Amino acid sequence: MNMEEEKKQEILLMKGNEAVAHAAIRCGCDGYFGYPITPQSEILETLTVEKPWETTGMVVVQAESEVASINMVYGGGSTGKRVMTSSSSPGVALMQEGITYMAGAEVPGLIVNVQRGGPGLGTIQPSQSDYFQSTRGGGNGDYNVIVLAPASVQEMADFVDLSFELAFRYRTPVIMLSDGVIGQMMEKLVLPPFKPRRTDEEVRQQCPWAITGKKGRKNNIITSLELDPHIMEDHNVHLQKKYAEIRAKEVRYEEYMTEDADILIVAFGSASRLAQKAIELCRQEGMRVGMLRPITLWPFPTEAIRKTSTRVKAILSLEINAGQMVEDIRLAVEGRCPVHHYGRMGGIVPTPEEIVEQIKSIK
Amino acid sequence: MKHEIIIAGFGGQGVLSMGKILAYAALFEDKEVTWMPSYGPEQRGGTANVTVIISDERISSPILSQYDTAVILNQPSLDKFEQTLKPGGILIYDPYGISNPPKRKDIRIFRINAMDTVAEMDNVKAYNMLVLGGMLEANPVVENENIVKALRKTLPARHHNLIPLNEAALQKGHEVIEEVKAE
Repeated sequence: MNMEEEKKQEILLMKGNEAVAHAAIRCGCDGYFGYPITPQSEILETLTVEKPWETTGMVVVQAESEVASINMVYGGGSTGKRVMTSSSSPGVALMQEGITYMAGAEVPGLIVNVQRGGPGLGTIQPSQSDYFQSTRGGGNGDYNVIVLAPASVQEMADFVDLSFELAFRYRTPVIMLSDGVIGQMMEKLVLPPFKPRRTDEEVRQQCPWAITGKKGRKNNIITSLELDPHIMEDHNVHLQKKYAEIRAKEVRYEEYMTEDADILIVAFGSASRLAQKAIELCRQEGMRVGMLRPITLWPFPTEAIRKTSTRVKAILSLEINAGQMVEDIRLAVEGRCPVHHYGRMGGIVPTPEEIVEQIKSIK
Repeated sequence: MKHEIIIAGFGGQGVLSMGKILAYAALFEDKEVTWMPSYGPEQRGGTANVTVIISDERISSPILSQYDTAVILNQPSLDKFEQTLKPGGILIYDPYGISNPPKRKDIRIFRINAMDTVAEMDNVKAYNMLVLGGMLEANPVVENENIVKALRKTLPARHHNLIPLNEAALQKGHEVIEEVKAE
């Protein structure tokens, strides 16, 4: 078999959820802890079928609840292990306490949210209504977590390793904010190459802060509690410095046909796919529409949107929610051009034709 | 080249797996492909549908509201999707259980007596393959041989003994589909 054929063979067809599971096994993930919920159950199902504990040694546990899952991630991350959980919106709401504890204690970990419509138990259909929950820090205290928004099955796979890299570089939880469209759809993808799990020695070297057995060094204490407010303020200042560094270095976004655009759509995840179709339809009618797709929702591509806002007539924030990211866009634009929002809620996904109508109503 | 296809019917008719086999076949032809199922509670006894897009170029939205081809296997799906076909589009339907047949004059309509045919063949489980064969006769979006390859890929090894039955149904589908005029 020549290289060409070998490369061809690696192109697979799978669901976004399945891609997350396969990518986790391949990127040296040490443990997954989760509880089933539609529309993300295939992640746990795929891991159970693949049995990574027999190959890479990765642990897979179906926990008794989402609260248990996130605290297992807190525990695993405290020992310097690459551990993750996944859930859908109401389940991720339950995890917020654990996430703020991890942010406070500076424990890395990955939380995958395949969003569904809310509020409450809501519906099982796709939604993007957890934008605020993810980007504002859904728990208490002054904190942020890095939020990556995959827009394809390929990105569902690629962002798993990226999330772990960022989580450990900055000692922070990372959220992959997906939704029922990207989780449930099948697309072509190439799985990332195999990367072995870190050895205990590598963990000790790379994570000197982790709980690894204190032989030969002083205690490492993982906690988010500090009763002395002066020390707690210093800790907060340290966290804010870290967040400023992340804002400066880790903004990711993609532009699509923006060079000559009169109207700029800003959309992330599945909404960006719908927006692309709407742009194709608009361009057929001679309308100059482009898109900026934030890949990191936090840190937000504020600077890029600010720059673009000086050369477009209007911006449309397309979100599958009541209008959440539109606030960040308005903060970036600072009144330089009108900023509109269009979205559907409760599990209804707008059609490309509907979006075209919205764009026409702006012109 | 781009084909935007909706396949819709009752849960249990093999709608989703038919779409999956079609998607895999397109993969073997180096096409871009997306497969987007309805995954709501309607799958339990109600209607199920899947959107399959096959293209030479990168696919934008996996969700559509207009289609080139609709494969319709029950009345509720016909009521819902007949209007979503683009003018000149292809509608394929199984008349079994259909009381109000398609009416549009600006599309091509094909009828396939799939339920009756698989019953005659004593091959009921290959219903969706018979329909798929019919669809490929009306609109050859992928090669037959790649459908068989896709079957091998998607069926668990313990069911590979069923592949000849599925191939027979696929072939029969090509033969029994007929173009009709709107009533």
